[in-house]
Amino acid sequence: MILTIAKREFRSMFLSPLAWVLLAVVQIILAWSFFTSIDVFFSIQKDLTTMANAPGVTDLVATPLFEIASVILLMITPLLTMRLISEEKRSKTLSLLMSAPVSISEIVLGKYLGLLFFILTLTALITLMPLSLAMGTTLDYSKIFSGALGLFLILSAFSAAGLYLSSLTDNPMIAAIGTFGLLLFLWLLNIKNASDSSNVLNYLSLHTHFSSLLRGVLNTSDIAYFLLFITAFIVLAIRQLETQRLQS
Amino acid sequence: MSALISVNDLTRHYGDFCAVDNISFELSAGDILGFLGPNGAGKSSTMQMLSGNLAPTFGEISIDGIDLLEDPKAAKASLGYLPENPPLYKEMTVDEFLDFCARLHLISRSQLKTVCDSAIERCGLGDVRRRLIRNLSKGYQQRVGIAQAILHSPPVIILDEPTVGLDPIQILEIRQLIKQLGQNHGIILCTHILPEVQAVCNRVQIINHGQLVYTASIAELLNEDSTRYEISLNSSLKQTVLHEGDSAHTIFNNIEPIDDHSFIADSDLSADRTTAYIIAQNWGLTRFTRHQVSLEQIFIDLTTGDTKAGDTKALNETGLRD
Repeated sequence: MILTIAKREFRSMFLSPLAWVLLAVVQIILAWSFFTSIDVFFSIQKDLTTMANAPGVTDLVATPLFEIASVILLMITPLLTMRLISEEKRSKTLSLLMSAPVSISEIVLGKYLGLLFFILTLTALITLMPLSLAMGTTLDYSKIFSGALGLFLILSAFSAAGLYLSSLTDNPMIAAIGTFGLLLFLWLLNIKNASDSSNVLNYLSLHTHFSSLLRGVLNTSDIAYFLLFITAFIVLAIRQLETQRLQS
Repeated sequence: MSALISVNDLTRHYGDFCAVDNISFELSAGDILGFLGPNGAGKSSTMQMLSGNLAPTFGEISIDGIDLLEDPKAAKASLGYLPENPPLYKEMTVDEFLDFCARLHLISRSQLKTVCDSAIERCGLGDVRRRLIRNLSKGYQQRVGIAQAILHSPPVIILDEPTVGLDPIQILEIRQLIKQLGQNHGIILCTHILPEVQAVCNRVQIINHGQLVYTASIAELLNEDSTRYEISLNSSLKQTVLHEGDSAHTIFNNIEPIDDHSFIADSDLSADRTTAYIIAQNWGLTRFTRHQVSLEQIFIDLTTGDTKAGDTKALNETGLRD
């Protein structure tokens, strides 16, 4: 049942130009930054050979790519998530799901899963870029994998927050702006104490957990942070829809 | 046979405002229940509660014997619902949309195609099944909405204003369809169009200010056993029925003149014998029909006056004297 809703959500995204345009825009910008960092890598290659413990091509090309991708997608994910629930409320299609033998949790999970399919596609397309370097050099695959996992997790977290904000309003624009604000806030939470790892704000920031995955550190606590973050927002979205059924 | 829908003391508050106040009713198989009420009377709230879109403040709803609040998934499986605004994903084609709805209603994979085809055929969507819903006219979109509600042939079908935006021929077709569905399903039909209720339904309910103010079967409404007649003569009433000291008073009571040639009155005799009597009196009978209270009259009386439930009998009578 969840899968039925997820499939519809996923297909529906590709039935409108939005998904295609977003994929294209993200891909073009990232390709440009990818080429730029390769260029930089070539220009400093000579100096690197003389250094002891020099960073490899993965560190200089793949890691910055994932970093930039996460920043761009921080701005773009709200556009993907804004319509998830608010659009259904606005066009009154939510009652189709509500009067079907489906629970509210299944509706929310189905929609989230549909979005995850999209994010998986997006992450895969982005990861293909550094992987293409394998034709000419040796790569640190585990670092790329950890970076891709980090990107996927942080995008899933963005989406969960977006899903919740979309359930709050029937205006997609407000959902998008709210999501963007919230994500940016959570991202910049550690702006003042980025170096102090014992700081609570630092621990709460999305960025902290993402950057350790980028460095190739697969820490259970980071993954647990993302999973908790996602679960919390999904539960909030389910509760929000339940409350609306009671109060609307 | 147990009721398909049974509603007990259903109440819904929005803050301090009471939209639905303690209503109870039942729907059995084969019933087509017309649910009437002015705007804001609580009609749509009631339908939303029956379909699980809105939680009641208190009260019980059971659909096909299953409590909607305790086991919503099982109860909703026996329900087809067309809300006021048909819930359509406009970026999908008719085929895709109905396929999605069928899956949503747990139709097994092997039956998907037959189920969708039969709904498409019943709602006359054959010509547009590959078109995007967005590009269809309002009438066709409405039909897709109906198709969605009857797709899984649920025992209970709730239709909220199903004929809005349809052309007269489509309206007739949809009414035909509803009547046909009514033979083995229970249907609740919400509408503003009173003749539609008279044409399609076998029971009527009127809701006003959140309360049920009128419940009757159409047969009762049409009052088939009444001995009140509408009679037209080609002679002046003053010289015949209303003539002082005339014997007419012996068979007619509560005479209510309409104009100089026609009147409404109760008769002591059956229709046959009343006509025979008039003919024997040589009054020149031109028209003789059983007097019927129109649904419209009842509706207006109940929803504009300050009257409360229970006074329906009395109301009928005042309706007659208007």
